[in-house]
Amino acid sequence: MSIPPTPAGPALEFDPPLSPVMRIDCPVRLDYTIAAGREQSRFLRAMSRGHLLGRRCPECRKVYLPPRGTCPRCGVMTAEDVEVQPRGTITTWCVTNVPYEGQVLELPYVTASVLLDGADLPFYFLIQGLPADQIRMGMRVEAEWADTLGPTLDSIRCFRPSGEPDADPASYAEHV
Amino acid sequence: MVDVAIVAFAQRPSVRNAVGDEVELVQPVIQQALEDAGLRASELGFVCSGSCDYLIGRPFSFVTALDAVGAWPPLCESHVEMDGAFAFYEAWVRLQHGDVDTALVYAFGRSSLGSLPIILSQQLDPYTVAPLFPDAISLAALQARALLDGGRATERDFAEVACRSRRAAEGNPNAQLRQSADVEALLGAACLRPPLRVHDCPPISDGACAMVLATGERARAIASARGRAPAWVAGVDHRIDPQDLGSRDLTRAPSAKLAAERAGAHRAPLDLAELHAPFSPQELILREAMGLGPQVAINPSGGALAANPMMVAGLTRVGEAALRIHDGRAGRALAHATSGPCLQQNLVCVLEAR
Repeated sequence: MSIPPTPAGPALEFDPPLSPVMRIDCPVRLDYTIAAGREQSRFLRAMSRGHLLGRRCPECRKVYLPPRGTCPRCGVMTAEDVEVQPRGTITTWCVTNVPYEGQVLELPYVTASVLLDGADLPFYFLIQGLPADQIRMGMRVEAEWADTLGPTLDSIRCFRPSGEPDADPASYAEHV
Repeated sequence: MVDVAIVAFAQRPSVRNAVGDEVELVQPVIQQALEDAGLRASELGFVCSGSCDYLIGRPFSFVTALDAVGAWPPLCESHVEMDGAFAFYEAWVRLQHGDVDTALVYAFGRSSLGSLPIILSQQLDPYTVAPLFPDAISLAALQARALLDGGRATERDFAEVACRSRRAAEGNPNAQLRQSADVEALLGAACLRPPLRVHDCPPISDGACAMVLATGERARAIASARGRAPAWVAGVDHRIDPQDLGSRDLTRAPSAKLAAERAGAHRAPLDLAELHAPFSPQELILREAMGLGPQVAINPSGGALAANPMMVAGLTRVGEAALRIHDGRAGRALAHATSGPCLQQNLVCVLEAR
């Protein structure tokens, strides 16, 4: 099929000439129904009952929390439930001072990587109950559970200093 | 050229709404393929995966999935945001360097979590086409309509492809749709997106598969220890047609034709072809483009019409062809994978026993 030639029309004038288009709006919305995996579902269900449920690698014996389905070092399925204590040691931390869109917490606030007692993988939590400039590595903290528990990380409102002496750096050196 | 062969292939049954996240989906097939090849992850020369974060709406899901391999000590690893068949191609290229002799290729896809036909619209031109959200079924219908209007096929031809594919899948425990009404009954159904009926479209599938490649002597040693023939890669090629749907004839697949020629498909007779044609009219286009006559068995596994885990179904075609070389059911086979809308990208691989 041949296409008839387009008749020549008046040339379009651009002012300024050929200015680049810097923006077009193309809103995109994609909806998903999230299905947590088997082990993450067990972890979340345990949280709704006030428990922290990790899984142990059958080869290297490390305990992962949250459980990931496999041991990322050994590549085998984790096989054994291990209850992890809702207290642990801060291995590193971050103070947020800069306001941002969607911010809920009052500034400054602290988030920290907490190595829970019995786990081999640090996990991130909000730390409350102390001035931001007193946060430090090795500090011992414990969980404050929310009033309403559910299959969500919101079941733990935050961690607070437990009052125990700081942990020996050797006890968490491998996880920093 | 370095001789490369597929020495092991594992897959899990495709289902809608699989229980398990991507790690839980893919770890068992990786473990099975490695055990089948007698290898440990730490021995692998190269690892390459295929997946797409848009499917589950979560960034870097391929990094999470690496937990399934066991990445300590660190692996030499790569990933394609495409079907695993293209990861297979990368692994084959990597093995051409000759410094490593084994590679693991795997793919996973959870197509059930989002609205798949709409998600796929986001691979189109972001300025002029994607904002219209043309869903994948509508685009395939456009292609089917062009085929009908050109007098090159009939709706009965489409139904015959669907019926044959799903009946072939009766022998494939990993397929999702494993039966079909006869052609007359299929043609009596209403259209989903005219001229496509439900039977012309693939199921929405979650799945995963894994494959082990090895070179030369290593491949012979692995395969002979397991009493199977290595599936030697005689040729592989990947070609692409323009992305703009208006600038190509949707009833032809020149990139598939070229890829088949460059992969050496016609140098000797083929016993079978595993074609990645998610919509029934696409099989007709591919068969014509690649010159596959009636003597070539098409999709003995049932193909993508019987199970279509996104990012997995192409690599599965390569794996299904390899399995038939391994046990002697075929001596020479063609495997094909596609990507993009309306057969835009086409990869062809020719496997043979020697």
